[in-house]
Amino acid sequence: MVGSIAAIGMGLAVIGAGIGIGNVGAKAMEAIARQPEAVGDIRSNMILMAALVEGAALIAIVVAFLVA
Amino acid sequence: MPTFAAILKNIVLSTSFKLVFTFIFSLVLSFSVSAQDHDNGHDHDHSSHEHDEHVDQHLSCEHAGDHGQGEFDPGATAFHHIADANVYSIGPLQIPLPCILYNKNSGFDFFLSNKFGFDRIGHGDGHYAYKGYVLDGGTIRLIQDVNFPKEKTSIKGIVHDSEDNAFVCMGDQMYPTYKKSTADFGLFGGGITPFFDFSLTKNVVSMLLVVLLLSWLLIGVARAYKSRQGLAPKGSQSLIEVVFAFIQDEVAKPFLGKHYMKYLPFLMALFFFILGLNLFGQIPFLGGSNVTGNLGVTMVLAIFAFLVTNLSGNKHYWEHIFAMPGVPKPVLAILTPVEFLGVFIKPITLMLRLFANITAGHMVIIIFVSLIFMFSNNGTSYVGGYGTAIASTALTLFMMSIELLVAFIQAFVFTILTASYISAAIEEPHH
Repeated sequence: MVGSIAAIGMGLAVIGAGIGIGNVGAKAMEAIARQPEAVGDIRSNMILMAALVEGAALIAIVVAFLVA
Repeated sequence: MPTFAAILKNIVLSTSFKLVFTFIFSLVLSFSVSAQDHDNGHDHDHSSHEHDEHVDQHLSCEHAGDHGQGEFDPGATAFHHIADANVYSIGPLQIPLPCILYNKNSGFDFFLSNKFGFDRIGHGDGHYAYKGYVLDGGTIRLIQDVNFPKEKTSIKGIVHDSEDNAFVCMGDQMYPTYKKSTADFGLFGGGITPFFDFSLTKNVVSMLLVVLLLSWLLIGVARAYKSRQGLAPKGSQSLIEVVFAFIQDEVAKPFLGKHYMKYLPFLMALFFFILGLNLFGQIPFLGGSNVTGNLGVTMVLAIFAFLVTNLSGNKHYWEHIFAMPGVPKPVLAILTPVEFLGVFIKPITLMLRLFANITAGHMVIIIFVSLIFMFSNNGTSYVGGYGTAIASTALTLFMMSIELLVAFIQAFVFTILTASYISAAIEEPHH
């Protein structure tokens, strides 16, 4: 039972991170379309931001793992 | 006035220390893996389980030793294959590795893992117990009973209960073994083994191979730059220069500004080490090592990032953590603990990100292969088996090409985040 609830928790954490990374990616694409010459800067900042959003999800997943 | 931190930092980062640093780096890493080679996310149970003689009712030795009888369990298969092992498998070839074990009762033991008599093809369970140790699914467990015969003893098999406790069957007796260490080092009630395992496991061997390979490649390239000054790059130089220049221009220079030369050796060591291990783990049938998917390895990498960041931290950095300027006192009461926790959460997420991404990649591939066995109903349905085999081969190939991308991205992300943490620590005040 605790395992299933932890699995739901993991799912919720991933929804949040998915929305976050989706936004980062979408805005980065828009920015690249607007200013193709800045593609290098935008790409590295996009990866950095996506990694930071992912970090929050990772902590949630590990907590879910620990209680499962 | 040179502080301790400044002195240590100078030693660690001086260019003459570069090679020694890389060497120590790899050495520490190899020990860290072996010392905690039992925690590959195998069991995260929270329940603290007493290691008494209690044996579950439903558990019996009846089927111990005959593999391929029970239901196919894709989860267990996946965990078994991403875990570390004391056997190195190259295709069908099983190479025994040296085991170096220490426990309070019998002291140091040094022997090759073929003493356990594992099958040439198969699961990694040993058919013998040696000095009270058994090989269970590729990793070593210690039998709790100190009176268990110390010499090489034939065992019938090993059975597991639902809590990942293993019991060794010999004759009609069941001998409980000590629970594996969990990723939390027993802090949250998980297990912790009473013996120290310094064995050269699969992961350690892969890591040493990668270190040798990288040293050969990079030292060769460095020599070529010395001897071919002013000439166009040639051979492996052309391969490394692209990647090196990418990290230098995209990561080190934008984040670290004029200090970038000081931190470049560290960032490059991180990047090439992680990239090398990620790519090495992608090679099918060659050990199937999952080194960067091991929490021990990523933890040591994160500890290095943590140390370099915080030892480089200037007054400005610490001021922004403990007393953010221009913030009212009541807000500071909330902000300071959060900022202080952030110092530790940053390396923890570094550790988890690399571990989770690489482990997930390996697991997805294994699960896709497992689909064949699930749909063929353990080999009874030919249509399901062959049908899924075609689909899952295509999916596996697709996933593996994605994983090549992930191998590069994760090495890049680890490096760029470390660089950004260092840049936050060495930033000069501009107000």
